[in-house]
Amino acid sequence: MTTNLDERLSTASVIGAAGKMGSGITLLLAQEMARLSLLPENRGKTFRLNAVDLSPEGLAGLREYVHVQAQKAAEKGAVGLRALYAERQDLVENGEIIADFVHRVESVVWPSTDLAAAKGSRLVFEAIVEKIPVKVEVYKELKGICAPDAFFLTNTSSVPIGLLDGEAGLDGRILGYHFYNPPPVQKLVEIIRSPATRDDVAAAASELGKRLRKTLIPSKDVAGFIGNGHFIRDGLHGLGEAARLAKAHGWAKAVHMVNRVSQEWLLRPMGIFQLIDYVGIDVFKFIQDVMDRFLDEKLLNGTIDAMIARKVSGGQNPDGSQKPGFFGYEKGRIVSVYDLDAGVYVPIDPKGWTGEADAHLGPLPEGYRGWKALSGAPDRDAAIKAHFAALAKMDTRGAEIGRAYLRRSREIARGLVASGVAAKPEDVNGVLTSGFYHLYGPINEFCQ
Amino acid sequence: MKAFAKPVYLVCGDSTVFLGTGRKEFHPKKPRPGLEHYIAEAGKGAVSQAADPSVVDEGVVGNFMAARFNHQGHLGAMLALVDPSFAYKPSIRVEGACASGALAVVTAVKSVLSGQADVVLAIGVEVQNTVKAIYGADILAGAGHYAAERKNGHAFFFPAKFSDRAGEYKKRFGTEKTWAAMGRWYEQAVRNARRNPKAQEYHNTTEDLFAAHQGMPPNPRSFCEHINVLDCSKVSDGGAAVLAVSAEGLKKTGRKPSEAVELVGLGHAVADLTARPDDLTALDTTRRAVERALGMAGITVKDVGVFEVHDCFTITGILACEAAGLAGHGEGADYVLSGSTRRDGPTPMNAAGGLIGYGHPTGASGVRMAVDLLRQLTGTAGDCQATVSSGRPYGLMVSMGGDDRTVVSCVFRRAG
Repeated sequence: MTTNLDERLSTASVIGAAGKMGSGITLLLAQEMARLSLLPENRGKTFRLNAVDLSPEGLAGLREYVHVQAQKAAEKGAVGLRALYAERQDLVENGEIIADFVHRVESVVWPSTDLAAAKGSRLVFEAIVEKIPVKVEVYKELKGICAPDAFFLTNTSSVPIGLLDGEAGLDGRILGYHFYNPPPVQKLVEIIRSPATRDDVAAAASELGKRLRKTLIPSKDVAGFIGNGHFIRDGLHGLGEAARLAKAHGWAKAVHMVNRVSQEWLLRPMGIFQLIDYVGIDVFKFIQDVMDRFLDEKLLNGTIDAMIARKVSGGQNPDGSQKPGFFGYEKGRIVSVYDLDAGVYVPIDPKGWTGEADAHLGPLPEGYRGWKALSGAPDRDAAIKAHFAALAKMDTRGAEIGRAYLRRSREIARGLVASGVAAKPEDVNGVLTSGFYHLYGPINEFCQ
Repeated sequence: MKAFAKPVYLVCGDSTVFLGTGRKEFHPKKPRPGLEHYIAEAGKGAVSQAADPSVVDEGVVGNFMAARFNHQGHLGAMLALVDPSFAYKPSIRVEGACASGALAVVTAVKSVLSGQADVVLAIGVEVQNTVKAIYGADILAGAGHYAAERKNGHAFFFPAKFSDRAGEYKKRFGTEKTWAAMGRWYEQAVRNARRNPKAQEYHNTTEDLFAAHQGMPPNPRSFCEHINVLDCSKVSDGGAAVLAVSAEGLKKTGRKPSEAVELVGLGHAVADLTARPDDLTALDTTRRAVERALGMAGITVKDVGVFEVHDCFTITGILACEAAGLAGHGEGADYVLSGSTRRDGPTPMNAAGGLIGYGHPTGASGVRMAVDLLRQLTGTAGDCQATVSSGRPYGLMVSMGGDDRTVVSCVFRRAG
């Protein structure tokens, strides 16, 4: 199927371009469009990416972000860029070529606070707030603004695509295209077709994914899809464990313990509460709400609601630094824990309460190597196996919580396959390893 | 090269920390010392070993590209940073790409030979961390023939040149053995550097260095086709300095002959910068320079007990073994694999870390190599000391500019 992707990319838009996901998507597309503009067959053609967002401050931040990140990416990709510029005899040095490419990337992006800027667009990426009525309204408007054959790729991580299609009347021209955060770095894109999604939309999306060198994993159009289908339930398990431990140990210790176990005992890049902070407690709540509405399963949680009620919402500042959530942070490191009982952040104190909590968990399995050390290790798989073999035999509180966590994660993943959200176990494992940077998939043989 | 009209010695050598990634104190975003600091520190380090700074008659500063890395020319006129009394003394800056430091030594030696000076301070310096490596590659590409080669050259211009050499060597003499020898050279360089507190790789804690190298196959998408980043000397800031003296000058420094080395052989050769090497698997200019240096000294390579070779890349270390006559064509890899070049081997090379281990501030390296040989031959190399057999009392140095275009080779022997 010819997708006319280049043609569609000559007039594209990102809606919600100043957000965390939107800015990353804008950067990725602008880079691809700048690349296209250099190809001999595109000489004389213009490439325009409308970056639409309600926030003028956000768009100012987007310009800065695109500038800095395009520069870094061009420096890193200089080997390939030189080939792209082979015909340009006037640009000789890496410095000259990089500067020209960054200028092109920046020139492609046309920021606007007005949705009407998307006029005539043939390819539209949407990355606005995860609220169904807002999304539906925006799509209804876009339908009138964009080209009549426009394709819509939504970055929703939870809202059923079929619902958006039906409510906004898009006639199958919409597909779920769920990037992971940050989009320029994370390899994974979840692809969600609704039963109505047209083949040409899916084909264009797939070609684009290949060009952006993404790992594409299909998910059934069920709220939460694979990624959040696992993450939200996994998070709820952590919240449940913490609530249980809090009864005997108090909230701060409980959060600290569960976070540590879910990171270190499970060999994950982050503990569960740090991850929720990173995603944003508010975003976690949006996703929960959507999933709770569409699925026959209790997916709400009192702790999350209590945190939101106290305006403790995590997420990142415009400069990328982490906002306080379950934890307080300094330079990306956890320095305190929010005590839900007292409503204050309690500093980490290895000689005091934190040490007591650690003592309660007991030691890590012998020869423990963390996620970072294992990620690049040549003996990675064997070491992971040995870690869980040791964990299976340990009689400590940490090991016990860890094993329960591992089993629950597996149960969630199997559920996603059983319900058809994931076509096969490899897809769930693929989402967790490529989108969440886990070293192993949740469907595994560990600690059976 | 004609025999020298009179003996010339090197004495009072010093080198600074070579700073860059790998050193704990290095942070790319924090302010760092500049050219002035390294010239002063290296110079003072050398001069302070002499009886009095006033014995210095002249200065020579070797530097490759400060004009671009630091927007600074005119480095000869920084001599007084070493000692205020050096103001109004003669001083010049010399350049020959990565052999600039060695050319500073050569120039200093010639001043002594001319009879115009008895004590000449040779300083080598380069401060390269002012730009990211990808832009530094543009600057260093000036050591090639810019007009003809840069546009079609690789983003990492020089790494790619030596990647081509490694590729050709692998093709002709065996991929596996070449790759293994490159890994062994890397391992040897870093192991040596870990004994040298001033080396850039001093803080390296990788347990199995060889495995680390072998486990990183070349990636032509982001770097080069036949080498990985561990095959390359790093981006470094640093300085080194040494005194070139006549017999009279040596007395003036107050140092004993046993604390000095005599330069008994010198080979300096340049190939045509605008021409490509005839054979990518051989360093022809290096071979000629070494032959001249050995010839002038009246010895063969069998008389040499310790080496400093220009391992800007691991493959260059291998090729240098062949160019020096230690191994036949295509046998340099086997020579390295045999362990002969290790600090405890029969022909120790780069015992203080060399360019890959100690670091490679381009203009400083030639002086640094002379200083390290001075230390080895006078038994003052501390933890880096190799055993220099009394039957083979000579030290051989090879400093190379560009892709084997400018080469300086020196043969030293302890003076007393």
